[in-house]
Amino acid sequence: MSAVGFSEVHGDSHALRGLGDGFGSDRGWSGPPPKRIVTGYGFWIFILSDMIMFAALFATYAVLHDQNAGGPSGHDLFNLRNVAIETGFLLASSFTCGVASIAADARNKIWFQMAMAVTCAFGLGFLAIEANEFADFVARGAGPTRSAFLSAFFTLVGCHGLHVSAGILWLLTMMAQVFAKGFRPDIQRRILCFALFWHALDIIWIAVFTVVYLLGSAT
Amino acid sequence: MSNGFDEAGTDIAPGDEAAAGGGVAQRVVGYLAGLGLAILLTATSFYVAGTDLVWQPSIPVALVVLAIAQMGVHLVFFLHITSGPDNANNVLALAFGVLIVILLMGGSLWIMTNLNHNMMPMDHIMQMQR
Repeated sequence: MSAVGFSEVHGDSHALRGLGDGFGSDRGWSGPPPKRIVTGYGFWIFILSDMIMFAALFATYAVLHDQNAGGPSGHDLFNLRNVAIETGFLLASSFTCGVASIAADARNKIWFQMAMAVTCAFGLGFLAIEANEFADFVARGAGPTRSAFLSAFFTLVGCHGLHVSAGILWLLTMMAQVFAKGFRPDIQRRILCFALFWHALDIIWIAVFTVVYLLGSAT
Repeated sequence: MSNGFDEAGTDIAPGDEAAAGGGVAQRVVGYLAGLGLAILLTATSFYVAGTDLVWQPSIPVALVVLAIAQMGVHLVFFLHITSGPDNANNVLALAFGVLIVILLMGGSLWIMTNLNHNMMPMDHIMQMQR
């Protein structure tokens, strides 16, 4: 939207900064914003709605975290060393995903594919540790059916894990599309959205390791 | 007519860096700075969670503050949500999202704590029903 700064120029009180005034007015309309901005903004709205869904799961977990029905608590179950490794993997993958975005902007295919492959490897490593943890909990009789605490735990952490899995499928799709079609503008927009998605997953993981693991393993 | 603002548009998409940003090396340094800060904050979180050097009741507060700080680092360095005028739409959407998240989590915790506080424990209810 090109009308940013319009209100300062004209002193027009109902023209809000950056809110796309000029619709229906004969003064400020210079065409729609570029597609990249519209697509990115729409995807940003989706990410925020996804975060609101996670907020509901976090609220559920926070309400139920001490309802363990005589079963194991977080303090008995969580292994913080694994969580630290998972966090390191996701942080490193966020960095390599950033490198991939830069390579995409620079239209460098080799660096893009390499950075995406490393991102994928870190993501798969994260998922492997998480799957191991879940299998271990179930084997120790602490499956999602054991208590309200464990139901909430598996729902919240599992939902984040599902998002990471979907992200990896998307990542592989982007690698294939860049390989087959090159850096077309529509592919570039998809890469932008993918990077937003991947970084947003990392932000949600910060909340997960703080609220679930670190606060949960404190006595 | 000349209306004083550029025709190319001054917004940027969320996730894009401002056009003023420099070349590849400069952008990589930006991501490296974000990564360094994130690792620092994460390491502090894990250290604080297990330490007995500080007053114990302050630990949960410290953890929450560190987490919010790290989210800020990710938003600025990785998602490139800044306070510039070209980011006004992105920031407004984020602010609305944060408002809903606070209402949802704060409201749930408030209501449920209140209920737990005021409701008779479950085993008493069971006994009364006998």
